[in-house]
Amino acid sequence: MTSRALGLEFSHEHTAIETRIGRTNVAKMKTFVCVLLLIAGIFVTPLHAQKPDRSKPPELSSPPTLRLPPIQHFRLSNGLPVLLLEKHEVPLVQMNLLLKVGSTADPTEKSGLASLSARMLTEGAGTRNALQLADAIDFLGASLSASAGQHTTVVALHTPLNKLDSAVALLADVALRPQFANEELERTRKELLTTLVQWHDEPRAIASVLFNETLYGTKHPYGIPEIGNERSLRSFTTEDLKRFHGKYFHSNNATLIVVGDVTVKSIQSKLEEAFSTWPQGNSPSLKLPPIGQIERREVYLVDKPGAPQSEIRIGRIGAPRLTDDYYAILVMNTILGGSFTSRLNQNLREQHGYTYGARSTFDFLPQPGPFLAGAAVQTAVTDKALVEFMKELNGILQPVPDEELTRAKNYLALRYPENFQSVAQIANQLGELVTYDLPDDYFNGYVQHILAVTGADVQRVAKKYIDPDQVAIIIAGDQKQIEAGVKALNLGPLHTLTINDVLGKAPVIGSEK
Amino acid sequence: MKWSLFLFFFLSSAAIAQSLRLSVPYSQFVLPNGLTVILHEDHSTPTLSVNIWYHVGSGREKPGRTGFAHLFEHIMFEGSGHVSEGKFDEWLEAAGGDNNASTSSDRTNYWENIPSNALELALFLESDRMGYLLNAMSPAKVDGQRDVVKNERRQSYENRPYGMADIALDENLYPSNHPYHWPTIGSMEDLSAASYEDVVSFFKQYYTPRNASLAIAGDINPAETKKLVEKWFSDVPAGSPVPPIAPPVAFLPQEKRIVLEDKVQLPRLYMAWLTPALFTPGDAELDLLANILAGGKNSRLYKRLVYDLQIAQDVSAFQASRPLGSSFQIIVTAREGHTLSELKKVIQEEINHIKSEPPTDRELQRAVNQFEAGFLDRLERIGGFGGKADQLNNYYTATGNPDYFNEDLARYKALDVNDLRAIAETHLRDDGRVVLSVVPEGKKDLATPAGKEGR
Repeated sequence: MTSRALGLEFSHEHTAIETRIGRTNVAKMKTFVCVLLLIAGIFVTPLHAQKPDRSKPPELSSPPTLRLPPIQHFRLSNGLPVLLLEKHEVPLVQMNLLLKVGSTADPTEKSGLASLSARMLTEGAGTRNALQLADAIDFLGASLSASAGQHTTVVALHTPLNKLDSAVALLADVALRPQFANEELERTRKELLTTLVQWHDEPRAIASVLFNETLYGTKHPYGIPEIGNERSLRSFTTEDLKRFHGKYFHSNNATLIVVGDVTVKSIQSKLEEAFSTWPQGNSPSLKLPPIGQIERREVYLVDKPGAPQSEIRIGRIGAPRLTDDYYAILVMNTILGGSFTSRLNQNLREQHGYTYGARSTFDFLPQPGPFLAGAAVQTAVTDKALVEFMKELNGILQPVPDEELTRAKNYLALRYPENFQSVAQIANQLGELVTYDLPDDYFNGYVQHILAVTGADVQRVAKKYIDPDQVAIIIAGDQKQIEAGVKALNLGPLHTLTINDVLGKAPVIGSEK
Repeated sequence: MKWSLFLFFFLSSAAIAQSLRLSVPYSQFVLPNGLTVILHEDHSTPTLSVNIWYHVGSGREKPGRTGFAHLFEHIMFEGSGHVSEGKFDEWLEAAGGDNNASTSSDRTNYWENIPSNALELALFLESDRMGYLLNAMSPAKVDGQRDVVKNERRQSYENRPYGMADIALDENLYPSNHPYHWPTIGSMEDLSAASYEDVVSFFKQYYTPRNASLAIAGDINPAETKKLVEKWFSDVPAGSPVPPIAPPVAFLPQEKRIVLEDKVQLPRLYMAWLTPALFTPGDAELDLLANILAGGKNSRLYKRLVYDLQIAQDVSAFQASRPLGSSFQIIVTAREGHTLSELKKVIQEEINHIKSEPPTDRELQRAVNQFEAGFLDRLERIGGFGGKADQLNNYYTATGNPDYFNEDLARYKALDVNDLRAIAETHLRDDGRVVLSVVPEGKKDLATPAGKEGR
């Protein structure tokens, strides 16, 4: 299947658009509707069944409001907090056990530990080895996975309602009683080392690794791949995993998020049975080094001989999630590169045909995450594409026309209910609430805050966060074909690298079992 | 108009596991110009999805114009008689909408996910390009999207590891005059050749109401929605009927071995067979067989190749179902130091095994349970690719019944272990398949050798 716009191209910025559920405050929502009507210039008109007037787009009635059931809070007897949102349309349940630990807690010599620990949770737990556990989950038609991000680890269960009892027991086994067996570690280690080998094939992986390292260096965990490196992966022992689990997997370092066809009454005793023996503990607090901004513009060209496209990443340090500028940044980025009609996509794709899609994102994290503008462009136009990127990064510093501003704000605000259809989507939204300790009524605030952003706000945050003179420019492409053109642009000092400079030599794993 | 009498779900109170009945209630009507319309109410969020399938895909392309159906799909967004260039996306975004489209060998689908107040905007936009696309067409628009699509080909195929393998498989599975022989993305040469005149004739031939079906799902009032559909689509002329497609027989009389070199570190093996078409007897059997072979850690191939022997990095198997005929594929990536011949030998052993002895009851039940749970997941989203509106259109197109969910699930539940053994014996033939080796550049010796092993 071949599609008009690659989903992935625009999926990343969706995850960066923070959206929350809350009890829908009717009074506030009415205000919100009025404001929208004024902004969008849309009015209610009666409907006529007649030959359509195609001279202008039809007038629309007022936008609907999303009414979500309330978030219900309770604690188990051991103190484990539970957030529950009922959703009864389909007999499914999503449970995300969220732990406040991620790759940022990796010790210096052990990068990849959080990620590996999460992965190993499902490689045998309770009385079941890896194969027995997988068989039990598959037989239920459920899915159970665990993965670590930079600041959180999520053990996620998705199950048909009628298999819930058995599935919850497996979730508890995986989170509380992992086996961390040596032979499973050895097998997983080879798989991960092979993944590092395969990164050498992937222009996107190469560009991303170099981009993060250039922005954050190797002293800050944001600059290091979450999977770890060859040296750390080779060093891990089952003791490392057990120690990590013992240090961070406590009931007071976790929150259980439940979404689906259940009620507090129907599920409380099941959760109590599964999780109440989980003890509390003291998890060390996280100390991260400060982050310094990019100080000048430099260009890094990684040679990928023969590549038909160049992967371009341009960026700098962005903003933390809890910045007061959050909503203004969302609107500004939507205009710059966060939607199909955004300037970067219109320019590089629609106007010039240099790419299948160009976009920009702010990755919001507890500390300032990266701002990134990027695209995969045809090799022969790499230099021309860079010129257009720089043009748009400069252009967003200028006042934004009202029509563009309104469109971006409506796009963010009115599209919001789309994020609340599947139980997994909703659980992810609630996860953000937990991670950043946001209030339950966050959503009402979200819509109003988006609509309150002004053109002056957009200009202010553009100037504050997007300085085209202080960016790292990463290009992974065919050096022989593109170097001269890139150099002639005089964007800044040009560093040329090999793939091995970026990723290290591909690990040699050996064929022994 | 037909109204379904089913409630959203029938769940018997006690033994839910045995009695899950899936239903997506709908109403259906046909406009005088031939446009079939399917409506489904779901008020769980105040959003809806407008989803149009045009029953034309790359399989209808003329020689020398591969990739045209998909290029045309792109051009559909560049404005129509009453929608100037760029406004399609601008107006939708300003109303809080998203949209996308995709082309396969058999159909082209378009959708808009929008807040429920914006229904009429989406109907205006879709009806305008169905009725008045050519009023706004120009050679420059064709050129613009030609470059975009060429970059799509570079990004999704040429610059992606193993990205050319699927193209090579279809070229070798199907004879050159079969609609599935060439890739939907097309060749660079043919994309260059596509002209404004091609756009005109393709539109007139295939983009007619009688060759399309429109599904609207979500927060709608069906009676009002019907009136709005009539209002916006009734002035679109019916056009001429599209003759049925008549593909030649595809048959592989022997094993074909192909080798591709790619910029990859590890060799990968593809084995592909021609199998029964979507929803025909054998199709569901092969879905389940794929799960038993390579779905999950306990599947036969995963367990042996990845878990026990640890000579492969990954393995997958699937029945790629299509209306005019399917293919069954097994794909495996070698670990460093291991050859594709080594992998193929194990795969052959497992195929031989399942041909001689049926899978266990637990293996079958585990696979059926996963498919059954998958049906529930498919009822969660209203719009987008694979959302309810898209599925209603898919089932309508394939079976004539938009609400085919329960019948579809019943296919899997009706099978026993002997059915799976039999389907393997009938279709996973050693002497009629394509074996493709993708190897690192300059390392053709890592491919499976042409020889007698495996025959």
